[in-house]
Amino acid sequence: MKHGTYFIVAGLAAAIAPLCAQAQKHPRTAWGDPDLTGAYSEFTTAPLERDAKYANKEVLTDAEYEEFAKTRLETRFSDDETEPGTQADVHYSMGQFQLSENEGVHSLNLRTSIVTQPKDGRIPPLTAAAAARRDARAAERRGKEFDGPEMRSLTERCIIWSSTQPPILPRGYNSNLQIFQSPGYVIVQGEMGDPRVIPTDGRKLPDNLLPQWNGTSVGRWDGETFVIETAGFHPDSAWRNASENMRVTERIRRLDDDTLEYAFTVADPDTWAEPWGGVYPLTKLDGLLYEYACTEGNYGMANILSGARVAEKEAAAKQ
Amino acid sequence: MKRFLTAALALVAGATAHAQALTEFPRATNGKPDLSGVWQAVNTAHWNIEPHVSGYPALLELGAQFAVPPGNGVVEGGTIPYLPEARAERDKRFENRVNDDPEGKCYMGGVPRSTYMPYPLQILQSERDVVIYYQFATAFRRIFVDGKEEAPLDSWMGWSNGRWDGNSFVVEVTGLNGLTWLDRAGNYASGNARITERYTPLGPNHLQYEATIDDSTVFSRPWTIRMPLYRIVDEGFRILEFKCEPYAEEKIYGHLRKPGSAPPAGAPSQ
Repeated sequence: MKHGTYFIVAGLAAAIAPLCAQAQKHPRTAWGDPDLTGAYSEFTTAPLERDAKYANKEVLTDAEYEEFAKTRLETRFSDDETEPGTQADVHYSMGQFQLSENEGVHSLNLRTSIVTQPKDGRIPPLTAAAAARRDARAAERRGKEFDGPEMRSLTERCIIWSSTQPPILPRGYNSNLQIFQSPGYVIVQGEMGDPRVIPTDGRKLPDNLLPQWNGTSVGRWDGETFVIETAGFHPDSAWRNASENMRVTERIRRLDDDTLEYAFTVADPDTWAEPWGGVYPLTKLDGLLYEYACTEGNYGMANILSGARVAEKEAAAKQ
Repeated sequence: MKRFLTAALALVAGATAHAQALTEFPRATNGKPDLSGVWQAVNTAHWNIEPHVSGYPALLELGAQFAVPPGNGVVEGGTIPYLPEARAERDKRFENRVNDDPEGKCYMGGVPRSTYMPYPLQILQSERDVVIYYQFATAFRRIFVDGKEEAPLDSWMGWSNGRWDGNSFVVEVTGLNGLTWLDRAGNYASGNARITERYTPLGPNHLQYEATIDDSTVFSRPWTIRMPLYRIVDEGFRILEFKCEPYAEEKIYGHLRKPGSAPPAGAPSQ
């Protein structure tokens, strides 16, 4: 199952564009807010974290980029190149259904990593407390991973998706989102997940937030930039092993007709010694996003569990 | 300065909205009624859209708090004009409702059922789009205003084109997949249904909701349901997440659980 095609949008160097001097020429909504509406791809050629070989090199030259993007996109999904007749080969072709990440619309991105803070482009290590939480969670599941649906990942259970929950990061397939606006609200909806209905009237996050899988978000306009503050996460959301005290700041602004810039910072002293964050472009899609009915079509969960039951019977018969 | 003033006015307006009841239905900048807001039906249509007396809970051990409350119904004329075999199918669905009602599986409610499920919905209106966010199953609809988009494929929430007819927002819904029900009593339409919804301001905080269901494969004629939706005016109200997936897992996948393993104890996950 091999495929070597990928698409790169010539939006160019969006992530390193200087502050746009022509901000006022960007489209406005009928009520005067910057217009961010549309459907966008989250895919970008930059990896989340910087390869150690680039050290403190934040941006590639054009020549370096060409080699980098080619290697990255061609080798990253070598999982699809499987040996016929092996167990690994028993999987539907992501390429055939256009579900491979490298078949999505990618922004060209000269950055060596999405992460820009800290300066080395690497996510800070987990604190001892966060590592302990992670280990405890893993220990709780160990040996029971296939016992029942509650043991599977939140994504397999159609509860949350990393391409949807804040902070939004491109991952896997369907890493697209759409933005709607109405007076007083911006709605950010990941293709696979829940619409976030974000008030823009500058209200503060209440102190007594109830835990939510995607947190609770409030927004405000800072000039051309839509700034979203999110807190109040469900403890089991555990984004990258974060605690329920994680706070996320997202900043979305328009760079040109086809490109938005998405920047984020996460802060959670229970998980990382310092806040960290990054930036990447969102690329306009020529089309619409359609309904993603995850639970309604979750044959995967039934197949995973029934497969495990078959494997257990086979193992028992061998003994 | 102008921006600052606008922001200040918006804050004042926001504060006022909490302090005072609306005296008339809000208007958008283009003069159309502004349907934006959080709304909810207050009736028993989610149990049965036809007139009905009270009834036993689907599982007797659930007791009176899960009994079916009586309701006057929301169907114009009282009775759904089923074709005979379709009425038999409805009755069969009622008998099998514990297993077969898609609501129990946390599936999206479809149109029109999502409107009168016992959960809030939020309408967000701009001149180009009207979107509706439903708390149950986090269902979401985009309604193209004056669009000419046609349903490219069937879906749970269907494909919606809207237009203004005086003070009414009229939405034509096609492309429904026919897998949704109309209530917990087994009432249904097929994937051939064409639904025409009308949202009309009734008073400052009331919206008349009407849906005409045209499906000659199930009904002898088009028929209409009608009910008010009530604006939720609670101060600081926000629709909270209702991720119902965990609560449906044992029902859907319990038979595939490892023998002897324990399902979640039933403790609330949030």
